[in-house]
Amino acid sequence: MTPVRRRPVIGSPFQILLLVCSFALAAYAGVRLLADDWFGVALWWVGAALLHDLVLLPLYAVADRAVVQGLGATGHRRLTMYVRVPAALSALLLLVWFPLISGMVEVRYRSATGRSADGFLAHWLLITAVLFGGSALLLALRLRRARKQRPPAVH
Amino acid sequence: MRDDTRLPTSPGFWRSPLRGPWFTSVLGLVLLAGITVLFVTGLISYAAYNPDLSPVNDKTPDKGILGFYLFSWPTDPHWLYRVNQGVHVTLGVTLIPVLLAKLWSVVPQLFTLPPARSLAHALERISLLLLVGGALFEFTTGVLNVQLDYVFPGSFYPLHFYGAWVFFAAFVAHAVLKVPAAVRNLRRLRAAEPASSQEPAPAPEQELVSPRPDPATVSRRGALWFVGGGSLLLFATTAGQSFDGPLRRTALLAPHGGPDPGSGPNGFQINKTAAYAGITAPETDEDAWRLVVTGRSGTLRLSRAQLRELPLHSAALPIACVEGWSTSDQWWRGVRLRDLAALVGHDDPPDVFVESLQRRGAFRHAALRANQVADPRSLLALYVNGESLTPDHGYPARVIVPAAPGVLNTKWVARMTFGETR
Repeated sequence: MTPVRRRPVIGSPFQILLLVCSFALAAYAGVRLLADDWFGVALWWVGAALLHDLVLLPLYAVADRAVVQGLGATGHRRLTMYVRVPAALSALLLLVWFPLISGMVEVRYRSATGRSADGFLAHWLLITAVLFGGSALLLALRLRRARKQRPPAVH
Repeated sequence: MRDDTRLPTSPGFWRSPLRGPWFTSVLGLVLLAGITVLFVTGLISYAAYNPDLSPVNDKTPDKGILGFYLFSWPTDPHWLYRVNQGVHVTLGVTLIPVLLAKLWSVVPQLFTLPPARSLAHALERISLLLLVGGALFEFTTGVLNVQLDYVFPGSFYPLHFYGAWVFFAAFVAHAVLKVPAAVRNLRRLRAAEPASSQEPAPAPEQELVSPRPDPATVSRRGALWFVGGGSLLLFATTAGQSFDGPLRRTALLAPHGGPDPGSGPNGFQINKTAAYAGITAPETDEDAWRLVVTGRSGTLRLSRAQLRELPLHSAALPIACVEGWSTSDQWWRGVRLRDLAALVGHDDPPDVFVESLQRRGAFRHAALRANQVADPRSLLALYVNGESLTPDHGYPARVIVPAAPGVLNTKWVARMTFGETR
């Protein structure tokens, strides 16, 4: 057996001390956080981390890879950002404002604020259209400029 | 163990050429500043409720030492709560892309093997669950609450407040451990950076850098612009809900962006309508409604007509909600709270306990502190912008206090007890 070296097993004592202090404060607030519905809160806390790291992130990473490879297969890999940017921004808005856009809080929203929740879906679709339209327009302008600057192909 | 690049535990599994110390450090430092502001504005917002004044203002009675910093909430400047809460919510929404990008940039470390190299490293990884779970928990509860989507497990106030402290404990430890390295990374890379925006060839042992990167589809700098663009888009579609008129219409997706619910003097934004609060026309009728004012010298029952006979004063004050939206100053007119206190024997304005006609809801009762009662702009308003209040804005009478959170500006006031807070 090789002798166990002490330092690597324990690690930085400063780091341990710092983290123990952090855990003490977290525990003080944590028992209050968990006082009512400990299971529900723990589920949300851990679930949020797992859902993000093991579902959301892999999903958008796979979608992104599909776009890159799809464009790559047709020789348009350099156009990736023209698809990625509008798609990601649109998805971001949907993620953040999903309750309003999907209409799932419509009844409470209407009754509480005295306003209709109808506009949110339309606004999101409109913003999405502008994002993709803007991206396409930008691409068209750049392609045109590139064609003008380049002398006509000789072959 | 063989290094199988099909497994996320292998560094070779992660192919993005963007990951590396520079990208993570920049995002980390932005979050350090941003989340610090969120935490401070959150604590200030909590103090604005005067939770140590009365149990009815306090949704977190077990706070213990976490309320160590509480102070009497001032009435000056009158836009204090409006600005604080607008910053808290708008900045929170704006930081979402930065948080997501930061988590993306460090995700390979989630799968690092061995799980712990030392005791200190094991503790750090446990702390990361508090950090990542906490960040997502705080952002999610906040984003859901402003959209009135109360699906989280409990009342928003204790969840968001205690959750913030658990998260902040992990956040501070993380910042102490990582900020020196982040600053060092940026300094070193800036000094070494060639004209191109690509990072200099990284040392192979540098963490996060992919050992077999795919060809780039965007530069690191471009990716940062992309994240910033996401933030800008969220900011642009949210910030307007803190203003009126054309600016509010720019907030295309924010809960209180877009058009006002009505037109005319009472057309401005409503937090909770009369119908939502269960207020019916018969109980607010001129003949039926009486304001019961109690104090040292006894109890008065005042009709709206009698209130109108009292000296009326004006104040230009905003409505500012914990949800982050606000209106510009509205022109309120009504009886000064301190005049009502004097009517029942309190020449020196004391605290007051205000009760609404509302039968349910977390803030149907509210306590105001003596300094709030004493302010000459603190009114029991009967009119707004030159017209009688509408039911949705609190007819027959509502409280309006400078710099107070919206929910403490009780609508449909039924009873005011001076010298008491519960």
